[in-house]
Amino acid sequence: MYNKTVMDHFMNPRNVGEIEDADGVGEAGNPHGDFMKIFLKIKDNRIEDVRFKTFGCAAAIASSSMATELIKGMTLEEAWDLTNEAVGEALGGLPPGKLECSVVSREAIHMAINEYRKKQGLEPLEEKLPNP
Amino acid sequence: MGEKRFVYMDHAATTFTKPEVAEAMMPFLKEHFGNPSSLYSIGREAKEAVESAREQLAKALGAKPEEVYFTSGGTESDNWAVKGTALARQERGNHIITTPIEHHAVLYPCEYLETKGFEVTYLLVDRYGLVDPADVEAAIREDTTLISVMYANNEIGTLEPVPEIGKIAKEHGVPFHTDAVQVIGKIPLDMQGKHKDIDMLSLSSHKFYGPKGVGALYIREGTEIDNYMHGGGQERGRRAGTENVAGIVGMGKAIELATANIEAHNEKIRKMRDRLKDGVLEIPHCRLNGHPEKRLPGNLNFSFEYIEGESLLLMLDQLGVCCSTGSACSSGSSEPSHVLRAIGLPPKIAQGSLRLTLGDADSEEDVDYVLEVLPGIVEKLRAMSPFYKPAAGT
Repeated sequence: MYNKTVMDHFMNPRNVGEIEDADGVGEAGNPHGDFMKIFLKIKDNRIEDVRFKTFGCAAAIASSSMATELIKGMTLEEAWDLTNEAVGEALGGLPPGKLECSVVSREAIHMAINEYRKKQGLEPLEEKLPNP
Repeated sequence: MGEKRFVYMDHAATTFTKPEVAEAMMPFLKEHFGNPSSLYSIGREAKEAVESAREQLAKALGAKPEEVYFTSGGTESDNWAVKGTALARQERGNHIITTPIEHHAVLYPCEYLETKGFEVTYLLVDRYGLVDPADVEAAIREDTTLISVMYANNEIGTLEPVPEIGKIAKEHGVPFHTDAVQVIGKIPLDMQGKHKDIDMLSLSSHKFYGPKGVGALYIREGTEIDNYMHGGGQERGRRAGTENVAGIVGMGKAIELATANIEAHNEKIRKMRDRLKDGVLEIPHCRLNGHPEKRLPGNLNFSFEYIEGESLLLMLDQLGVCCSTGSACSSGSSEPSHVLRAIGLPPKIAQGSLRLTLGDADSEEDVDYVLEVLPGIVEKLRAMSPFYKPAAGT
């Protein structure tokens, strides 16, 4: 049901942990009970480092791992635009019904970015609607 | 860690087919392919085989052969019992009593009947999943036409007071059905004795080391129930369709084997189960779901706080251990197991559930292996859980 890439990111998730002096922290949950907390280290509008902790199924953990891999080195705007579909694609596809388990990473990233922007005295970025 | 091994601890989901069972089936997949309804020799042989399996089932249940009806499995038997009785007794009323922890094969037919104007009372269960017979009695109304309470819960293993509930049903003249899919070979059944108040009983072959795709519904003589499948005259006209001859023969052999020495067998399984239980409960923030004593001999259902069941299951699978979970994600629904919710587990705790069901595929070495690998997996998942805050010194 899960492909090799998903299983690899699930069994050996990248970037697990916390950053004590994080510049932005975000968290998000979904109705399944999946829950993710993300820690960003930001320098010159770029994500320099990222760590996460996730409670959830294999799809939630694997997509947390992949999403953090993808946003590392991105500008905040690029990271903001990362979609669930892009994470799912990078994982080589998720089984039907499992894409929604990956929603938490996108929401957690958004919250962390805006938390950082707020601290910097910047306007929060807006959700682009509609988001499938 | 030692060698990776294959450990099967999901006997409540299905069991392997015993070699003696497969052997008994083979002739009916090969040379004895006749249709039991045909009059010539190979037809008659098939018919005889079906009838002798019916006798094997009747003997195991303490029932009359003519009270045993072959079906395609537990789901069909449950559907037949619930819908067949409700429809047959419609002029008398439209009220059904059941529990919220039934298998979906009972719950969904009840929900279907609700859409057709029937009314269903779902009894409350306690934190172990036990039904109080007094609640059954209190729920009975003038227009109650069926009571259906499972014998043992498939998820948490809790054994319901079925003989007591049967007695109440009988006193009130309400037909009583029990889903006994999990108890064959674990509880001795006697439809003429201890279980004389059960009117219908569902069973499924693949839960007791028989083949999949075959089961039976016991229907006590005189029970009002509509015919299920309409077609040829099989099963005395009540359940049409050419018999699954090989499957039926296999189920006959399987029930004979499963009921030959129930107590000694239970003792062996229970011993392994209890050792596994004690070992697993040493993991911090872990609890046993279901009744501590009134439970199936092979059943264990745990909740591990701070982690999610599907992840736990998949990591165990990577190490060769087969088991199951009541987590929402594993079932593709948005809510965790209806059984765990009915016994009052908070959703987050229900999400971290793990069911291990032991049986004949297991050995003491398998128990050792699970006890060796499980704590590490729980620890690994907790280490990445945002909810887990290890206390100092643990």
